[in-house]
Amino acid sequence: MAHVSDLIASDIDAYLAAHESKSLLRFITCGSVDDGKSTLIGRLLYDSKMIFEDQLAALAADSKRHGTQGGDIDFALLVDGLAAEREQGITIDVAYRFFSTDRRKFIVADTPGHEQYTRNMVTGASTADLAVILVDARQGVLTQTRRHSYLVGLLGIRHVVLAVNKMDLVGYDRSAFDAIVADYRDFAARVGLAAVTAIPISGLKGDNIATASTAMDWYRGPTLLEHLESVEVGDALDAAPLRFPVQWVNRPNLDFRGYAGLIAAGRVAPGDRVRLLPSGREAAIARVVSFDGDLPCAVAGQSVTLTLDREVDVSRGDMIAAADAPAEVADQFETVIVWMADEPLLAGRPYWLKIGTKSVSASITEIKHQVNVNTLETQPAKTLGLNAIGTCNVQTDQPIAFDPYEANRDTGGFILVDRMTNATVGAGMIRFALRRAHNIHWQALDVNKAARAAMNGQRPAVLWFTGLSGAGKSTIANLVEKRLHALGRRTYTLDGDNVRHGLNRDLGFTDADRVENIRRVAEVAKLMVDAGLVVITSFISPFRAERALARDMLAAGEFIEVFVDTPLAEAERRDVKGLYRKARAGELANFTGIDSPYEPPEAPEIHIDTTRLTPVEAAEMIVDRLFEDFNEVAI
Amino acid sequence: MKIAMTASAGDTLTHLQRLEAEAIHVMREVVAEAARPVMLYSIGKDSAVMLHLARKAFHPAPPPFPLLHVDTTWKFRDMYAMRETSAAAAGMELLVHRNPEAEARGINPFDHGALHTDMWKTEGLRQALDKFGFDAAFGGARRDEEKSRAKERIFSFRSANHRWDPKSQRPELWRLYNARKRPGESMRVFPLSNWTELDVWQYIRRENIAIVPLYFAAPRPVVERGGLLIMADDDRLPLNPGETPQIRTVRFRTLGCYPLTGAVESEATTLSAIIQEMLLTTTSERQGRAIDHDVSASMEKKKAEGYF
Repeated sequence: MAHVSDLIASDIDAYLAAHESKSLLRFITCGSVDDGKSTLIGRLLYDSKMIFEDQLAALAADSKRHGTQGGDIDFALLVDGLAAEREQGITIDVAYRFFSTDRRKFIVADTPGHEQYTRNMVTGASTADLAVILVDARQGVLTQTRRHSYLVGLLGIRHVVLAVNKMDLVGYDRSAFDAIVADYRDFAARVGLAAVTAIPISGLKGDNIATASTAMDWYRGPTLLEHLESVEVGDALDAAPLRFPVQWVNRPNLDFRGYAGLIAAGRVAPGDRVRLLPSGREAAIARVVSFDGDLPCAVAGQSVTLTLDREVDVSRGDMIAAADAPAEVADQFETVIVWMADEPLLAGRPYWLKIGTKSVSASITEIKHQVNVNTLETQPAKTLGLNAIGTCNVQTDQPIAFDPYEANRDTGGFILVDRMTNATVGAGMIRFALRRAHNIHWQALDVNKAARAAMNGQRPAVLWFTGLSGAGKSTIANLVEKRLHALGRRTYTLDGDNVRHGLNRDLGFTDADRVENIRRVAEVAKLMVDAGLVVITSFISPFRAERALARDMLAAGEFIEVFVDTPLAEAERRDVKGLYRKARAGELANFTGIDSPYEPPEAPEIHIDTTRLTPVEAAEMIVDRLFEDFNEVAI
Repeated sequence: MKIAMTASAGDTLTHLQRLEAEAIHVMREVVAEAARPVMLYSIGKDSAVMLHLARKAFHPAPPPFPLLHVDTTWKFRDMYAMRETSAAAAGMELLVHRNPEAEARGINPFDHGALHTDMWKTEGLRQALDKFGFDAAFGGARRDEEKSRAKERIFSFRSANHRWDPKSQRPELWRLYNARKRPGESMRVFPLSNWTELDVWQYIRRENIAIVPLYFAAPRPVVERGGLLIMADDDRLPLNPGETPQIRTVRFRTLGCYPLTGAVESEATTLSAIIQEMLLTTTSERQGRAIDHDVSASMEKKKAEGYF
């Protein structure tokens, strides 16, 4: 790996001293499938002398086997990593490459250009300081170019290079370059890309990559590498007010209580006044602790440990912010969400939201519109599918400290995590708070749940029946309620008949409507539990996430999931209401078990196998279990 | 230049400072979110850097997790010595696991070829993680080492049987890592993902980190086999008829099982000289390892099976 620096051989210590103070630039390359991205990155690695002899030998062999350059060295093979991809001749994920010059170290996110991989590009762009957008000189600005540029703007990348590639294939023609640049600038301004540097290149031939092209003397600007080495990307985060999301409380002994984290913005020094969010209390910084001794000051980007001048309650997920310019605190936001999962986003469904070091439960209260990334037009949407981008209102279950994303990526960007699969399903950017979170104090009622429960002489709970249509839920639920009533319990049953015709008559049977249906039922059940009742709900409630939502709304032990387990074939054979026949005939859409999924409970409190128990036996078993295992006794 | 800096508007961090801050951030996230983390410690230079970063991340507390060495019984003697001193210096518990089946069958690199790596390392690692119930394991792998690593996440999710599925990796955006998992599932976490070999050496030099003496050139007994210089580190190395170890001045660019690790002839006895040699050399780091030579996709295959 020969860095072309004579210093290495002559004075290694001087060389190392100089290189320790190199800065770091992270950039992404984006382009359409055949724009030559991988070739360009391979060329950058090659020209910056990052390719070793053994790698070159492997490359030469690979070029013969898989190459697309007729046996010549195929630089793209240097960067196309996984075996499966190599066989398909495409890259399918985000890969990170490293090279350095005498002035900078570079981390390149290589992101694929196919339509279905918005997710990967957004991932790569989220950490990039700069974007290189590749255009094939023969093709000009394509739909994909526009899409990539929109995403670059959306992710807040402020520095853009328009690399017009394959100039060798248009005879190094200036007018071809100028036309593309003019076309692009119009568009760039519309998606908020202010600073665009256009460079005519040939990744294959090496023109204007590391060395100035001899074939394009009409171009007088920097080569791509010169530009990457010299562009100033310091984004003024050092000068912004302090933002320090607390990552971990360091408490090795009773005499030390430190708050570990990475400074997201600003600088911090002993004596600085800070506000602790979301509590709003104030304190002063006592020490900036590091392994190498206390620091007089630390700046954005550093991982440090802070101590405060007083005992206050600060934990992971809280933010230490400048007292005179604290971050906002809110629980409702307008956001832009990029959806990254096959399962669509459903409004009302609870997800984990992670922002900074804070994880909260959150749901999308409204999908305002979806953006067509090809035309930039907005259109109404009820859900967001894979790779869709939409403006959504989000509500969190507790207030969080944040900045708008455009002010700070680390305090304004969030991910959404599916509560069942634990997959990262979406990424979001906060635009602004819809309303500031007030300290909502629920009026402390003397007549509370415990008082009402005592008056009723019972322990309130929800018996949540779930199972396929025709499984026998309502029959069993009805028997359970009769039995409880006979035992003097105050009960109420919520089922499709009394909910679908009134409270939820505006809802249909799409996945999104099913989620909302169950959410409302859960809220009503919660109020009834608060009123001291034993609530019986009888709904198919096919999704685990909504049942988990209902469970989370209630106190521990109040939610008793009853799985009425009837195999689909058996339910269909019984077909009491003739619904399966209609669904099979195509007369009923979104029918659970037929063309809409049922997710059985993984650990229900009570499991009823209806192929082995009659409804009466099942009801008796449930009531027995209530009294034995769930302590449903008179208070 | 240490991390300490004087205040002046518009400071930007150096690449080493940014890499250090990122690695520390990653380690703290794991400790905050995992139930039972562990640091895989292979005694090499990357492990030395990782351990040093862990000490920085949790100072003044000691790193709140143990070190785990998945031993093959075939490491260099200098490595075993270093293992004990490093763990003691960091104030950390050191766990050593040797695959009992490999031990019973006497699996070795001479008679068993690929099985040696499979049983001692791949299988041994799985056993150790299961035995102690670790749900997050730090590893020192870097993305620049090998092409399939370039696409691996910093938080790499593994199924309950330790498999890595390149198609179902979680997207990693900003500094947000999703460490949620179900019981039985685990994460491999690579705090040095964005470091290059040069970064590692520069950092060792800047921070004065102790490394195994084998990285420095010294006269050592070696035999030449299949283009690799193999050191006769102990008397278990079977010698071919007529083969006698020669004393040559050599050093190692990477450390593993001594019969599988090729030395290079070198006069580099200082860190500066090592870095100089690395910058002027023309072969890549893994070239001295026998493990990858078969096919270029071999590392990816190993990883899918649970190799680190």
